Amino acid sequence: MDEDILQEFLAESWENLAQLDTEVVALEKEPSNSPLLASIFRTIHTIKGTCGFLGFEHLGKVAHATENVLGKMRDGELDVTNEAISLVLDGVDTIKHLLETIEKTQAEPELDTSALIHKLDLLASLSSPVSQPRHAPALTSTQPHALSGESTSNQPVNFQRPESTGERNTESMSPANAVTSSAPVVSANTSKAAEVDPGSNRTGKPATLATASNGTNGESDSESEGRRSAAVDLSIRVNVEVLDKLMNLVGELVLTRNQLLQMVRGEDESRFQVPVTHLNRVTTDLQEGVMKTRMQPIGNAWSKLPRLVRDLSQVTSKQIELEMHGAETELDRTVLDAIKDPLTHMVRNSADHGIEKAEIRRKQGKAESGTIRLKAFHEGGHVIIHVEDDGAGIHVERVRQKVLEKGLATESDLAHLSEEEILQFIFLPGFSTAETVTSVSGRGVGMDVVRTAIERIGGTVELRSQWGQGTTIRIKIPLTLAIISALVVSSSGQSFAIPQLGIVELVRLSVDDLIRIEKIHDQRIFRLRDRLLPLLRLSDALKLPSLPPDNEGDMSIVVVQVGDEQFGLIVDEVFDTQEIVVKPLGSILKDLRVYQGTTILGDGRVIMILDVAGTAAALGGTASRTQRELRNLQQDAANGENDKTSLLLFSTPHQETMAVPLGLVARLEEFSLKQIEQVGEQLVVQYRGDLLPLIPIRGNSRDVQRLDPQPVVVFSDNSRMMGLMVNKIEDIIEETITIRMQGKRPGVFGTTVVGGKATEIIDIQHYLTQANPHWFHREDERNRLRVLAIDDSPFFRQLLQTAIEADGHKIITASGGHQAQQIIERGEQFDVIICDIEMPEMTGCEFAQWYCRRDQQKQSSLIAMTSLLGEEHRQRILKSGFDHFLAKFNPQELSSSMAQICRMQPHSGVSA
Amino acid sequence: MIAPVDGTPTVESHALNQKQFVTFWVNEQLMGIPVGIVQEVLNPQTIASVPLAPREIAGLLNLRGQIVTAINLRRRLGLPDYSQSEGSMNVVLRYRGESFSLLVDSVGDVLDIAEMPIEAPPRTISSTWKAYTEGVVRLEKNLLLLLNVTAILAIGGPLKSEHSPMEPRP
Repeated sequence: MDEDILQEFLAESWENLAQLDTEVVALEKEPSNSPLLASIFRTIHTIKGTCGFLGFEHLGKVAHATENVLGKMRDGELDVTNEAISLVLDGVDTIKHLLETIEKTQAEPELDTSALIHKLDLLASLSSPVSQPRHAPALTSTQPHALSGESTSNQPVNFQRPESTGERNTESMSPANAVTSSAPVVSANTSKAAEVDPGSNRTGKPATLATASNGTNGESDSESEGRRSAAVDLSIRVNVEVLDKLMNLVGELVLTRNQLLQMVRGEDESRFQVPVTHLNRVTTDLQEGVMKTRMQPIGNAWSKLPRLVRDLSQVTSKQIELEMHGAETELDRTVLDAIKDPLTHMVRNSADHGIEKAEIRRKQGKAESGTIRLKAFHEGGHVIIHVEDDGAGIHVERVRQKVLEKGLATESDLAHLSEEEILQFIFLPGFSTAETVTSVSGRGVGMDVVRTAIERIGGTVELRSQWGQGTTIRIKIPLTLAIISALVVSSSGQSFAIPQLGIVELVRLSVDDLIRIEKIHDQRIFRLRDRLLPLLRLSDALKLPSLPPDNEGDMSIVVVQVGDEQFGLIVDEVFDTQEIVVKPLGSILKDLRVYQGTTILGDGRVIMILDVAGTAAALGGTASRTQRELRNLQQDAANGENDKTSLLLFSTPHQETMAVPLGLVARLEEFSLKQIEQVGEQLVVQYRGDLLPLIPIRGNSRDVQRLDPQPVVVFSDNSRMMGLMVNKIEDIIEETITIRMQGKRPGVFGTTVVGGKATEIIDIQHYLTQANPHWFHREDERNRLRVLAIDDSPFFRQLLQTAIEADGHKIITASGGHQAQQIIERGEQFDVIICDIEMPEMTGCEFAQWYCRRDQQKQSSLIAMTSLLGEEHRQRILKSGFDHFLAKFNPQELSSSMAQICRMQPHSGVSA
Repeated sequence: MIAPVDGTPTVESHALNQKQFVTFWVNEQLMGIPVGIVQEVLNPQTIASVPLAPREIAGLLNLRGQIVTAINLRRRLGLPDYSQSEGSMNVVLRYRGESFSLLVDSVGDVLDIAEMPIEAPPRTISSTWKAYTEGVVRLEKNLLLLLNVTAILAIGGPLKSEHSPMEPRP
């Protein structure tokens, strides 16, 4: 047998069959669409005709039987039912199977097709199905309703194409479509208009060529001849390998062109100037032309989907409609190949997990039939594909649980993530939220494969979902992979190309800007507008030798996007953006994830094309993790904002760093050694006409290491003062204080973490009593108030206690509203209740309301102490029953408020 | 494209029945590879280094628009780096659809050894070298080491048998 003819036959049959699935499914939806039926009939007929010519007996028989059924349908003698369509699709599948074997072995397989042929024949023999529904059981025993006019609960898939293919028929003559358009259905607008309708070819493929000159006879064998000649006139079939080779050659040409341009640049006198300019233009056109030959409409990747969705709707007993928009959007065939499987997967997911069963949808007030919508369009050098469904959506809570179950993140990690971010976990390997494993999907492989496949071609995937509303997946992919736009940068004297696709922006840093680079542990970060951007030095990522520090002066940050995260790549210099030809790396270097490939610049230099995601990963820990950590830090900062306290840090003679709340400190002083006198055991210094007792931070006065000058932290309370001798005042910082450990030794209140270091906070009360054992004993008992302080932070309770006792009042503390309620319920009475506002379990306002309801006379003055400043908060707080509103934490203000209360409550009925 | 039209010869099939060898010197040792897989011999070239690549990889060079992976043969054989200022010569070979360049100290003649017996490498040489050696030929003055190209190119694991896209399919 002539192999060329066979190849031709196979190629043509595949194309026809690809479109057949779609058409048959569409027919099921629109049984009365006779042009569609005619088109299907012709496709099968052509296959049958060619089979006979090539001597494929089985194939011929199956095609013939299928054609018979279709013929009866077309003639109106047979109803188009689900079951009949299923059988026709079975026939189509068998034809495909046979063709596959023929393609592999060049011969027909020994396949028993008699059962199928028998069924098809039986179906065809039912002349009037409506009148003879009883024949149905004979067909298949499992389908009692087969062939009857009743429809089952399974609605067929509706396949809609919003635009008519009509006007695109002319476009399809462009070379871009020549690859696929070699086996066209020729529409005749002269004869048999009823049979041929340009819109009947619903695949969205440019496989339809309208020619006014070629009249066709729908059924005669001459039709295929006519078609072939029509196709030859307008398009030829080209082996893809030839195109690939052509593409490579054009790539070489582009490089040579670039070299030439470089040579004549700046030489205006050169006699090569004119021809090179011309060459430049021609090369660009040629490059575009060749790229176009490789472009195919995305509809090619979609052609299998209607059939898939139809089958799924049958298997899952759901009603699903598939809509496709923008099937004509073109992309490079390599890209197209790469997204075919991911797309299928996503549609399958939508059908299986997304769309609910009809009764569930009805209960939720949705249309019974669910819709999966595919959309493709161009957007700035990219192709955007949406896969949307109006199904159940993804339950964020379930994802969260799964994440925890699988140990992919901890509870506290998740606490900081938005719902949208949690949804992205779906893309991690081994993740599946399907509650049951179905035959269709839910085996825990899936979205990670999708993401990997898309990212491999430089694309990105985003997922959005609304529980109960549906899910949308947005894919962004480059038009082509062979020639990309890239930014050339240098680091440590070596140049690299960064694909423009991943670049968000460039930030240039002068020496003055360098201070905006900060460090959290070892991680460099940069404040870029309102965000914290993690930074990576490209030279670190690639382990390049670093250049001498004078090159640190100017540098640039290339802000790149990896998945849904951004990070900054520090480079020494940024050159220009170029169109570069991507050359694959050799086998030995393929495994280096930091590179996407290599390219040759205009001057002949070979440079590496960076893979941004790989580069981020090269520094250990992905960028996304870094980003997440940063977000946590930000979050902490945001949460802690309200509870920040200024701390004075000082070092002790033992070289430890300790801290004291700045609010308690009166002054910082330095005394020369001469000034310090010893009175008995006590060191004192004359200070503002009084004696200031000095207390060493550790140990007793005798073995204090003498410093000259001696730094002293002074604490004062009206007439009394005390000085704490420290080694050195280190710093004053703002920090959120969380007491991690209660102090075990005297003088230490507890340990907190300051700037990543464990730091002890001194118990100032201890030292005050040491300086003056009667510090807390006021003679003036009349002014003594009984105070209840409520605060969830032990640190603030301690702070309040110190301040209030120093004023000579009595204080009881409670760690929250509930505890305070118990204390009050016990019958204890207070002159003043000081309450924090932001507390877990019960807020200060709730407590105030409770208190006001309980105690109508309101014996106690309620003081709100909060860092929630601003008039709005103030109003809300005062409304809930508080009498005073104090900022957190100012001891003087507190003290004067207390004094005021004393004056206003001279009765002070509460005894101490 | 410089790929041989009739497909790329493989070392396995050609090394021993082909009797012509391109010879070169590495650390004063004469070595050879079958002439059939050698594409060309080049003077010292600009080689772009590839950060993070295995240390035996010298980098990539641009051969008329074709990317060639350059292998530092001295490092591959565990020898000290070449200290001569003039740089290394490139023996460019085509292997399984891909181009490689072996960096060698200097290039010798093409030798026809049809009449000479190929012997097994002596037992005393190190096992690394043994793996890289296909056989030894006793010339009048020197010993010619016939390199096992497959082994030499198997840097970081055995070579992947996949054909590169530029390779014409059989």
